[in-house]
Parts: sequence; structure tokens; C-alpha cells
Amino acid sequence: MSDQTTLTEKNKNNTKAHELAKKQRDISVSEFFEKNRHLLGFDNKRKALMTTIKEAVDNALDACEEARVLPEIIVEVIDMGNDRFRVIVEDNGPGIVKNEIPKIFARLLYGSKFHSLRQSRGQQGIGISASVLYSQLTTGRSIKITTRISKHHQAYYRELGIDTINNKPQIKAEKEVEWDKENGTRVELDIEASYLGGNQSIDEYLKETAIANPHITIIYTNPKAEQIIFPRALEKIPDECKEIKPHPYGVELGMMIRMLQATKAKTLQAFLTQEFVRVGSGTAKSICENAALIPKTKPSKMSREMAEQLMKGIKETKLRAPPMDCLSPIGSEALEKGLKKEINAEFYATVTRPPSVYRGNPFIIEAGVAFGGDQPADHSIRVLRFANRVPLLYQQGACAVTKSIINTAWRNYGISQSRGALPSGALTVVVHIASVWVPFTSESKEAIAHYPEITKEIKLALQEVGRKLASYVLKKKKIMLESKKRSHIEKFMPIIADTLKDLLDLKNDEKDKIQENLAIILESERGELEDVGFNPNNNTEYDRDFAQIGRSNEDNNGNEDEEKKEENNGGEQ
Amino acid sequence: MANNVINSIIKIADSVYNSIKKKEKPEVESPLRSLSNVNYDEKKGYFELNGKFKKKTMTASSIKTFAQTLKMLDFSKSLVVSEDMATKREAYYVSKNWGPAMFKEQPESDTVMDDIEAMLMVNREQMGFIPEEKGGDIAGKLIVVDKDSDTGKEIKIDCTKMGTGAYSIPISVEHLKFETDAKFILAIETAGMFQRLVKHKYWKNANCILISMGGVPTRACRRFIRRLSDDKKLPVLVFTDGDPYGFGSIYRTLKVGSGNAAHINKYFCVPQAKFIGITPQDIVDYKLPSHPLKDVDFKKIKDLIKNDPFMKTHKPWQKALMQLAKMKVRAEQQALAKHGLNFVISDYLPNKLKNEKTWLP
Repeated sequence: MSDQTTLTEKNKNNTKAHELAKKQRDISVSEFFEKNRHLLGFDNKRKALMTTIKEAVDNALDACEEARVLPEIIVEVIDMGNDRFRVIVEDNGPGIVKNEIPKIFARLLYGSKFHSLRQSRGQQGIGISASVLYSQLTTGRSIKITTRISKHHQAYYRELGIDTINNKPQIKAEKEVEWDKENGTRVELDIEASYLGGNQSIDEYLKETAIANPHITIIYTNPKAEQIIFPRALEKIPDECKEIKPHPYGVELGMMIRMLQATKAKTLQAFLTQEFVRVGSGTAKSICENAALIPKTKPSKMSREMAEQLMKGIKETKLRAPPMDCLSPIGSEALEKGLKKEINAEFYATVTRPPSVYRGNPFIIEAGVAFGGDQPADHSIRVLRFANRVPLLYQQGACAVTKSIINTAWRNYGISQSRGALPSGALTVVVHIASVWVPFTSESKEAIAHYPEITKEIKLALQEVGRKLASYVLKKKKIMLESKKRSHIEKFMPIIADTLKDLLDLKNDEKDKIQENLAIILESERGELEDVGFNPNNNTEYDRDFAQIGRSNEDNNGNEDEEKKEENNGGEQ
Repeated sequence: MANNVINSIIKIADSVYNSIKKKEKPEVESPLRSLSNVNYDEKKGYFELNGKFKKKTMTASSIKTFAQTLKMLDFSKSLVVSEDMATKREAYYVSKNWGPAMFKEQPESDTVMDDIEAMLMVNREQMGFIPEEKGGDIAGKLIVVDKDSDTGKEIKIDCTKMGTGAYSIPISVEHLKFETDAKFILAIETAGMFQRLVKHKYWKNANCILISMGGVPTRACRRFIRRLSDDKKLPVLVFTDGDPYGFGSIYRTLKVGSGNAAHINKYFCVPQAKFIGITPQDIVDYKLPSHPLKDVDFKKIKDLIKNDPFMKTHKPWQKALMQLAKMKVRAEQQALAKHGLNFVISDYLPNKLKNEKTWLP
């Protein structure tokens, strides 16, 4: 203390710490993501194209479904040369109110979905604006938006950029335009990208989207100017997903503090009943009791310690599980329909599990298998992963789905599997998780996090379809063995007939009669043979052209995940 | 005889054909060939079939064997008709022409052949099949009267004039005649002991016929000894190693036949044979160098005492086997050399011959 008193006023403000402090300043979210774009799925040019289309399509579908419209999405990708592509995504949704347009498209972390719990494709409010940012970064171009909310309104056209320093939209141009669509939204972005086919291509992404969403139509024009139409297979919009408030078990301390500050409720008890699901006034009182807090405490006046106490109180109070009617699974029938369209297999089985809960968030697991047919038998099985009807194409190895498949004992179901590896054989496994909040391992939404409740449900679903698969596989093996036995029998019948003819000096017709009778004797013993052979024409729902999408240049495209790994390694050195 | 075989074969083929005509599953029947399906009657002196039959029905899994059995019957018939012969090995090679019915390994064809033999209740030589193995060697006071296969003239073979060699028992012995004034036949397990006795002309002093069995005696060897012994009323004495194999396999098979060939034991046994050594008591009396019994030996002893109808009938054998098990050792014939190379000629055999009480039945 005595040292400090000797310092002059000037010196007081001239320490090293002060010097360092001058360099410190706000980092806007936009700036942050500008530097860390890999977190959002823009690691490389190929992935950037995928992510941009994915975000735009996800938004379009969410918008249509919220408005209860059967989605019809137009996707167009135009090769502009020099690794530049123009992406156009157009929907028939409700359109966007004029004032909201800039914030939705050109401000990160702005959205309707983050603060509510509802099963939807987007959840963080990052996606499309990140694409806008990427577009701005790589091509210097603005996003072009056309939207119309009804035939009584004029369509609006906007060009937007992002002020990355202040995380604010910049309106570059706006005007009223003529548009023949009554309602809908069209976005147009120019980005630096590269277009490749294969497992992780946009073609594959759109195809898998069609599998998981049989109620949508996608009209897709690829960079080669070929138009592919994925027609609607089901004339029914999935049941509306109700929005639910958070369940107390699913809220973490930071979130709780934020909610306490933001609430309009005047008392703690009211806060609990208004902001959470499954909390009535009685339950709210017992939470307060367990937390040793007075129910009349003003939420905005609660300290961090008190919030922590509240968390403890919640933990000690028994609460009902969250409501489940907020979930909308694909449905096992629709899932099977989708699989049949994509894979020409001999056997299909799908299941929708009953809803379950992880950390206060309800979720449903659906699983399906397609076995045999024209699938290659000497490869690892094919895995299709979906989260809230969105296909996941990257980071398969890091995903809870993959881990659960590996941890399921497939040998019990007649499928070969080495220890700690995916099974191998002519099999496709599909897993869908529907939840009000899907826990991804990163913001780029590529892999599902390993919550024990989730992996357990996935395993149960896989076991359920696995058992159905086993009964088919075993039956098939049995019948194949039987037909092998029969051909064995047929080899020896003529020998027996010939030898008897020789031994007993029989005539030729007598010999033929022996063979005839032997066949009768042995057939009657064995009964009719069921035909389980694979008939490629049995599956009338199989769509060869559909299945070929994304396969065209499979040979010369590397695995993107591997590429990424290499890049990461390079970066570390 | 030949017609009998052909008739039996045709009978079997006919029954198979008739079943097929009636759209019934054809069946063939043969006696169960194992020690569990034989009786031992001391008065008859050999293992006799107990009457248990094995029925083979043609099913998907047995159709191959069924076809092979018919093929083998057909082959046998052609052999008998053409008065030809085939060894077991040759029969196996002939099967290579049978397409999918061919045998992969010879043991498969041997089994089918043995089954047919039992089915027809004849011995395989009658079916035109001859064994590979040699029949055994003879030396001593015996003249074998054989025929020249070209001229049909009699040939006399004097087994005293074989020098240091020996006369080989042919595969078929039914046509042989014998001339001898020997007092007994000595059947020996090992070629080594046989050689020693031949070299020192033991047969001359002891006035006997020496036969080397070379392990378990072949059918021809057993039949030869039986015919010679019956014909000339000669006692048969057996001299083997003092171990479970010598007692249970070599001596027992020579005397009463085997479980596997029970249907023909009647002709291929020597009920009058007696065991002179080496007995377990000999190991004690002559202080013979010995080897410890192995696990398989103990197992064989236990099996003989418990399951062998012959050993079960004869108390002295049971005792001897128990004694061996207690001593936990075995001794070879050549162990007598401990007392001098020719101890066996000068002391052991003369002593044993004099003292019938030291023999085993």
C-alpha cells in the first residue's frame, strides 16, 4: 500500500496491465466466426457448398412446415467458373415480414429457434447468416433475397451484407418487385466452392433429405445443368411440432441466471411455473423449499449463489417427464418407404421407439435396416444418420449413432462384425433422432453427442430391428442349406438308377422310373421349398435413378473427413 | 461260393429296387460291427455276432453313402464274375470313375467295403477284394503244399530250407495243404524275436513251427494258423510283449477274432491258442527290465477288464491285467536279453514249455 501512494496519478494509469488493456476490445460474434469458420462447417470449398445449401434448405423446410404448407423447394447451383458457384434456394413458405429480413439473414445468433424448444431443423440461428458471411468473405457479394407473404402484398427484394464488427446487417439495395409466386422466399448467394459427387455431396444430401422427408418435393438443378426432381411420396405434412418450455432438469446454471434476469415474472414461484414445463404452483413451492429459498423472492434480485441453490433444489425435487407430443417422428412406415426407394434390398425392418428424455429434453429414436439385394457384401455396412429429418453426412466416426451401431452385437443377428468395428455385409442401417434440442458435438451439426440416455435408446432400437433381421437371415441361411442339400440329392439319384440298372439288368424305362420315384420319395420328405432368393424386380418402390444420385463419380472423390484430419494435423505443426 | 456272393448282391439290389418301385425309402441292413455287439462262448471259442443290426435308410444326408454302397456292390459283382481281384487301395482308385460318388480318402472306401462284407456275411476275399498287408512269415518243420497258378501242379515248400529267410503266408490260404511232424506252433509278435529264433534254429531243437505275426495277425495269418492247427492237431502257443496291446489286441484277436469282423470270426480265429508269455508274473520271476505304463495303457487295461467279453470270461486274465496295472510297468520280448542274448532259447522258452501253469488261457 505504501508503494502505491508514492506513484503519481499518471504512473498509476501506465502499468503493463494498462498497456495490455488497450489492446483488449470487443470481439463481435461475426468477427469470431470469420476467423473460425470451420466450426460452422466451412472448412473447405466442397463442404462450404454443402453447408450453404443445407442451411438454406433447412430454413425453407422449417418455414413451410410451421406454416402447414407441403414444401416444394427449388435448389439451383450454377458453376460461375474460377471455383465460384451461385446457390439459389426457393421455397413456397409463408415469406418473411419486411423488417425481419435483414436480421434473419445478416445477423448471427438471431433467430426464432434458439429460445424455444421445438423439434426443428435449425436451432441456433447461426446457419444461413454464416453462409452470408462466408459469401461476403470469399466473393465480396451480398445475399439477394426475394420474399412475398401473400398475394395481397407486394414482393420485396433485398441485398444484404454483414457489418462484421458490430454484428449488424448492411442493406445494400431494396425494392418492391413483381413475382409470380403468391408466397415464398428465394435466396441467392455467390460463394467460393467446389462441386464433387459421392457420399458427402450435395446430391447425396438432397437425396437423403428426400428419404427422411417423404412429404417434400425438391427440384434440383446441379452445376452440370441437369435437373433432378425428387417428387413427394406422401401427401401429408408431419404433425405440427408443439413448442415447449424448457424442463427444469435440462437447464444449466448459466442459462438459469439468464432466464432469471429476462423473466417478466415478479416472484420466484411465478418464474418457475411460467418459464418451465411440468412445474405447477405446488411443485414450484417444493422446489423453493428444497432450495431453501422464499417463493416470493424477486427473480431479478437473485444472486449467483441463490441461482445455484435453486439448481440444487430442482435436482432434489421429483418432476414429471416433459410432454412428448412436441415430437414428430418420421414414422416407421414412411421410413421404410424411403429406404425402399433408395436401396433395392431383400428385407426391410423399421421401428419407432417410444419417446424418452435426456437432460429434460424429450427425444425419439427411429431405426431401420435394409438387408441383402444388390448391396455389396464385402464392405462395411452403410450408415444413414438423421437428426430432426436432416441427413448428417460428416463426422460419422464421432457420432453417437456410429458408436451405438458398433456396440450392438450384430453377430447375434447373423451379420459379421469384428471387435470394435462397424459390422460388414450387405446391410444399410438408418438411425433418426427427433428432439426439441438435438445435442450436437459442434456448431456445424455433424455428429450427435454421446449422452448415455441417447446411446441406450439407439441400441434398443437397433436391437429391435436386429431381431427382425435375424429371423430373416437365419431363415434364409436355413433355406440355402436346404437347397444345397437338394442339389446334393439330385447328383446321386442318376447314379443310383444307373447302378441298379447295371446290377439287375433293367430296361431304360425302368431306370427312368427309378429316378422319377426317387425324386418323389425325397421331395415328399422335405416339403415345398420357400423361395427367398433375391428378385431385383420385387421392390416396386425402388428408384434406380434416385439411388444413383450422388454416386456418379464416387471413385475419384476422397473421404472429406480424412481430408479434414490431414488439414488439422498440418495446422498443428 | 462265387454264385452265393452274386446272389446275395442281387438280392440286396432287388430289395432296394422294389422299395423304390413302391415309392418307399429303400433300406439296407448290416450287423453292427463293434465289440458291444459280440458274444463270447468259451465252448465255441470265438466272438459271435449278437444280432444287433444297423439299418441304413436312404435320406438326403445318407444318399451319397447309399449310392457308393450300390456302386461297390456292382464293382464286387463284376470282380466275382470275371474271377478277378482288387486290393482295397485299387478299389479306392476305381471309385475315382464314379463321378460325385467317388471316395475322397481310402478309409471311406474301406468302411463301405467292410459294411458290404458284413451285409453279405462273407469275407471280402470272396467278394474279390484282397487286403494290402502281408500275412506273416513261417520257418521250421513244415512243408506247405501249394499249386502252380499256371500249370495247376503241386508245389512243395519246405520251411526248413529257407536259410535265414522265411516263407510268406499268401493272401488266400484255403487251398493249401500241410505236411509236418512238429509238436507245436509258436506264434511270435515281433519280427526281431522271430529272427533270433530262426537264426539259432530254435525250431530244430524244440521241434516246432515258428510264425511271425508282425503285430496284430492278419486274417490270412489267423486262417493259416487255424487250418494248420486243425489239420495236424497241433497246439498253438503265443509269445508276445508283456503289455496290454500284446494281450488284448494281438493274442485276443488271434484266439477269438475281433469285434469289427465278428461276422467272419468263425473262420478267422484260433480257439486252441494258449498264451505262454510274456505274462506279468514273468516280469517278476525273470526280473525283466521294464517301462512305465502310459495313460493309454491304463485306459486299455481298464477297457479290457470292463468291456472285452473274452477277458471278462477268463479270471486268470483279469488277474493278470490287474497285476500289470498294479505293477504299472510293461516289458518287451527282447527284455530277456538282459540275461544274455540267447537266454530266451536256452532258459526262458524251455522253462515256460515245461511249466504249463505259468501260461494264460
